Amino acid sequence: MYGSIRHEICIDRSAADVWALAGDAAALHRWFPGVVDCTVDGTNRVIVTGSGIPMPEEILMCDNTQRRFQYRLTTPIFKHHRGTIDVIATGDDTCMVVYSTEADPRAMALVIGGGTLGALKELKRQMEESH
Amino acid sequence: MGRKILFITTDQQRYDTLGCNGGTIARTPVIDAVAAAGVRFERAHPQSVVCMPARSTMLTGQHVSTHGVWMNGVPLPEEAPSVAEVLHDAGYRTAIIGKPHFEPFLDPFARFAENGFAAKGTFGPHRGFEHFESATHGAAGPLHYARWLLANHPEAVGMFYPVLDNSLEVNAMGGGDTGAPQAWVNNIPKEWYHTDWVADRTISWLDSLGADDDWFCWMSFPDPHHPWDPPASEIGRIDWHDVPLPAGYIADAAEREAVLDAKPRHYRAWYDGRLVSNYEAPAAWVPATLTPDQIREVTALNAVECELIDEAIGRVLAAVRARGWDDDLDIVFTTDHGELGGDFGLMFKGPYHVDGLMRLPFIWRPAPSAGVAPAVVTKPVGHVDLAPTFCAIAGLPAAPWMEGTALPVDDADAQARGFERVLTEWDSDLFGVGVHLRTITRDGFVCTTYMPGTAHDGSEGELYDLADDPLQRVNRWDDPAMAPLRGDLLADLWDHQPPMKSPLPTIEAPV
Repeated sequence: MYGSIRHEICIDRSAADVWALAGDAAALHRWFPGVVDCTVDGTNRVIVTGSGIPMPEEILMCDNTQRRFQYRLTTPIFKHHRGTIDVIATGDDTCMVVYSTEADPRAMALVIGGGTLGALKELKRQMEESH
Repeated sequence: MGRKILFITTDQQRYDTLGCNGGTIARTPVIDAVAAAGVRFERAHPQSVVCMPARSTMLTGQHVSTHGVWMNGVPLPEEAPSVAEVLHDAGYRTAIIGKPHFEPFLDPFARFAENGFAAKGTFGPHRGFEHFESATHGAAGPLHYARWLLANHPEAVGMFYPVLDNSLEVNAMGGGDTGAPQAWVNNIPKEWYHTDWVADRTISWLDSLGADDDWFCWMSFPDPHHPWDPPASEIGRIDWHDVPLPAGYIADAAEREAVLDAKPRHYRAWYDGRLVSNYEAPAAWVPATLTPDQIREVTALNAVECELIDEAIGRVLAAVRARGWDDDLDIVFTTDHGELGGDFGLMFKGPYHVDGLMRLPFIWRPAPSAGVAPAVVTKPVGHVDLAPTFCAIAGLPAAPWMEGTALPVDDADAQARGFERVLTEWDSDLFGVGVHLRTITRDGFVCTTYMPGTAHDGSEGELYDLADDPLQRVNRWDDPAMAPLRGDLLADLWDHQPPMKSPLPTIEAPV
C-alpha cells in the first residue's frame, strides 16, 4: 500500500540562504536529527541513521532555480520512495520549506515522515538562530 | 518511612480474563487474592483504547486532549508532566520495568530517548523514573529485553511471531492450529519469555533498594496483547477445543451482521474489509473471515498469557514480602485497554467504544497499614484517576496539572466525591481516513458521539443501557424514547471534555 506524508514550515530567512543548506546533498546530517552521516558520490548518496542503519539513496534532482531537491531511498524494503524538499520564497527574507515523502509500503511514509518533521524544525532553528 | 507503590499494568487485557471479574478460562489466583483484599472496580474505563494515549494518561493524570497524544505514533513530549517525577522529587525511588510506550517504537532515526537506553547500556533516568528498563511484545527492536535476549539466548530471537510483516503493517499471517491471525507456536523457554523477564528485572531492582526506601515501581507486562505466542511449553494448560465462545460473539452470521449494521457504519465496513481506519489491527485481515475455532484458540492463548502474568506477579509479591514491605505496600493493577476478543465477530482494537475495549480490569489493594476495608466500586473511574491516587498514597497533594481524582475506596466514598462519569476519546487520521469519537459513561449508560470524518457525517452515535444490554447489542441512539437522556449525556460530555491541545501534535511513526 502506498502512503504520502507532507510537512511544511515557515522560516524567517531568505529562500536563498535556506536553500544553501537544504539543497546541499552532502549536508543532510547537519540538519536532519537521526541522520548521523551522509556521503555523496555522483547521484548516489548514503545516509546512516542514528540506529546505525546505512540507507542508500539515488539523487533524482537538485534544481537550484526551482530550489527543489528530490531523491529516492533504494533500500529493498521500499517498493517505491520519493522524497522532495521544496524551498519557496514567501518574501525577501522569509520562505516556506515543504518536505514530502511518498512511500510503498505506506508505513515507511509515516516513519520517514516523522523524521522529516523533526528535520524541518531543526532547519528552522539553525537558520533563524544564525541570522 | 511511607507507603510503597507497585503499579502493575498489562497490555490489552479484557475485564473478563480475571477470575475475580467472573472469568472462567484463565486461572488468576494471585490477582484474585489482591482484589479480595482490596478495592475492585467494576466500571473503570481508559481515556483512549490504544496504547500510547492510554499510557500517557496514566503517567500524566491528564485526558488525551490535554496531554495531546491522540493516537499511537504521537510522542509524549519529554517535558510532559509525570507522576513519577512528582514522587521522585518527594524522595521516592522510581522505576518502570517492561513496556513503556510513551514514544514511538518504529524509530530508525533513533530520535526518541526511550529507544536509546539499551543500545548505550543505560537505564534512564527518563520522565521521573530513575530506572527505565524496557520491553515489548517480542525480540525485535531496540529495547532492553530484545538486547538481553540477543546477547544471552540468540537462538530464541527468531521464535516469536513477527508482529509486523514485510511492509511494516501489523501482520495478518495466521498460525496455531486454526490459522488465527497473530496466533503462534513459540518454542521459547518460559524462563526467557518477556513475562518472566519483567518479573525478574523487577525483583532485581527491588533487591537493589534499601530497607527504608519508599518506592514507586511500574511493572508493565507486554502481554496479553497480540501476538498470542506464549511459550509452547505452557499451551497445554488450556485446550482451546474446550474453550467456550465469548458471550459477546454472535454465532449466527445474519444476526451478527444485523447488530453491526445498527451501529455506526465503520463497524460493518471494517468487518467486511472495506475500511481500515487505524494501524492497530492487521490491514490485510478481514474480520468477516474469523471462525469460531479461531476465536477459541486466541482466547485460550490469551488466557495462558494471563496465567503467566498472574504467576509472575506472585513471584514479585513474594519478593516484596521477603523484604518485609507488604504491610506498607499499595498494589494497583490494571491494563491500558481491552481487546475485542471476538465480540461482534471482531478482534484487536480500533474506534469501537464497547466493553471489550473499554471495560478494564482495575484493582487497588491499599497498604494493609492504611486500614481500608475490602470493597467493590461500581461508580465510573478512569486511568486519569491513577496519578492523583499515587500522590495521595504518598501523602502528597495532586499536582495542579492532574485532571483526575484520587480513587474512591468504596461506592459511598465515590458518591461523596463526585465520581459520576468517565470520558473516552478517539481520534485517528491514517492516510486520509479520519475517525473521531467522544464517549461518556454515566448512570449506567454509554453514549458515543461521532464527529465528521471519512465514514461519518457527524450525526451518528451509539447509546447503550449497560443494565439491560450488557453486551451492547441494541444501539438506542436513534430511539425517540431515549432522546432526552441522549441530550443530557451529550451536554454533560461536552461540559467535561477538555479541548484538544493546539497546535495538534503530529504522528511521527505508525506505532
